[in-house]
Amino acid sequence: MGKVRKGVEVSIAIADAVTQANVDLIAAYPITPQTHIVEHLAEIVANGELDAEFIPVESEHSAMSVCCGSSAVGARTFTSTSSQGLALMSEIFFIAAAMRLPMVMALANRSLSSPLSIWNDHSDVMMVRDAGWIHIFVENGQETYDNIFCAFRMSEDPDVLLPVAVNLDGFILTHMIEPVEYEDDELIRQYLPEFKMKNTLHPDNPVSMGCFGMPEIYTETQMNREAGVRGSYPYILKAWGEWGKLTGRNYKPIETYRAEDAEYCIVTMGSYGGAAIEVVDTLRDEGEKVGAIKIRLWRPFPLDEFRKAALGKKYLIVIDRAISFGGPGGPVASELRSALYKKDGAPTMVNYVAGLAGRDVSPEDFRKIILEGRKKAQSGDTEGFTLYGLRG
Amino acid sequence: MAKPMDQITWQELEVGGVVIEIGNSVQYETGSWRSERPVVEKEKCIKCMFCWLYCPEACIHEAEEGHFEADLTYCKGCGICAAECPVKCITMISEEK
Repeated sequence: MGKVRKGVEVSIAIADAVTQANVDLIAAYPITPQTHIVEHLAEIVANGELDAEFIPVESEHSAMSVCCGSSAVGARTFTSTSSQGLALMSEIFFIAAAMRLPMVMALANRSLSSPLSIWNDHSDVMMVRDAGWIHIFVENGQETYDNIFCAFRMSEDPDVLLPVAVNLDGFILTHMIEPVEYEDDELIRQYLPEFKMKNTLHPDNPVSMGCFGMPEIYTETQMNREAGVRGSYPYILKAWGEWGKLTGRNYKPIETYRAEDAEYCIVTMGSYGGAAIEVVDTLRDEGEKVGAIKIRLWRPFPLDEFRKAALGKKYLIVIDRAISFGGPGGPVASELRSALYKKDGAPTMVNYVAGLAGRDVSPEDFRKIILEGRKKAQSGDTEGFTLYGLRG
Repeated sequence: MAKPMDQITWQELEVGGVVIEIGNSVQYETGSWRSERPVVEKEKCIKCMFCWLYCPEACIHEAEEGHFEADLTYCKGCGICAAECPVKCITMISEEK
C-alpha cells in the first residue's frame, strides 16, 4: 500500500493497519462493535493479501489463549474484542501481561451487561485496568490507524515486552467513516523492526513459561511486573516520537487544549476529547477561562505530565465513562484525585459520569457539564460523582 | 535453581518469570509436603506397575527386589498409589511419630 488519504470506516482502517504491520497471527471472536475489524481481517487473510494465520476460535477465552501461544513463539500477534468478550477472556488477559507476551489488541469499548447493551462506554476496560497491559485511548480515525503501529512498536520493544490495548470508543469511533492518511508500506517496515523475543518456546532452546510460584517468590514476580509496566514509559514516548518524526503526527501521554492560561479544565479520555475542545472554543468566546485536558495514556499512568497540566488550575471537571459501584467516584476521577492529593496548587475536582452505554453527550451537554461543574466546584459540592442526564 | 527461591530478588527474575534453567524442578524437594508415606508389603506386590503409572509425581521406581517403591525425596504422600494398588499392598503410614 502506498501513501494515500482516503475516507474509510475506522474499523477497516484498523484492519488495513494490521495488514501493513504484517502480523503473523490473528485470533479473535466476533463481538459487536468490534465485528468489522475482525471480519475485514478474515477476508484479507482469506484473499491472500496478508500471509498470516487467522484462527477463528470458539470463544474469547480461546482467542486470548491462542494469542499467548502465538506471542510465546515470537509471532507478531493481533486480536480485538469488546465488553463481554473481554470479560470472558479476562483470565488469560491477565496472564498475557504477567508472562510479558507482546501483542496488540484493538479494544472497541462497550458497556458490560446487565442489562444487555452493545453501546459504548468504558466499563469493559476499567475491569482490566490493573492487568498490567499498556492502555492507550484514541480519539479519532487517524489516531487509531497510527496507534496500531505505535502499539506494535511499544509492545515488541525488547525493553518493554508487554501487551498493548488500543482503546477506541465502540460505534462512536469504530463505525465512523473518516478521512485517514495511510502511510507507505516501506515507512511501516522502517518503523516496525522484526519482532524478536528473547525467550521463545522452541525445542532447540527449551524454557518453561507460566510456572507455579510459591509465596517465597510471588511478591518478587509482581514487583518485576510493576517495574516492567512503569519502566515502559520512556519507550512509549520513544515509539510515539519516532512515529512523529516519520509522519509529522505527534502523540503525547497527556494532551492539553487552551489549558495554559485556563482557570479551569475539563478532563476527558477517548473520543470525547474532540467535542470537549469544540465546546471550550465556544465558551472561551463567551469569556469562560476554560481549557481541556485529554488523557491518552492510561497505563502506565503519566503522573508527572498530568500534574504538570493540572496543578495551578482552580477546578477540574472530570468526565468518567464508567461507574465504580460503591466507590469514591468514577475510576478516572478517583485516580486523578489520588495523583493530586496534597500537591501544591491542586485543583478542586468535580466528577461527572456521562454517556453510559452510548447515551449521546452532545456539545450542548458538554457545555452544561462544564458550566454546572464550575458552579459545583465553586460551591464546594465535590463529593462523589454526578450521573449526568439521570432521570429522577 | 541457581539460588534458593527465597533468596532471589525481583531484579534477578527473567522477564515474565520464564524459567530458562531446564529441569530444575528436581531441585525442588516436594517430599517435605508429606504427612503420610507409602509403605509396601513386598510379599504381596504382583509387580503390576499400577503405582508407577498412577503416581502424579513420577517418583515411583523399581526397587532391587523387583517390587516398586516411592522416592521419599519427592513423594508428597498423596496416597494415589495405595488407592490404585489392585492387591492393596501399599499402606499409608503417618509421618508423625
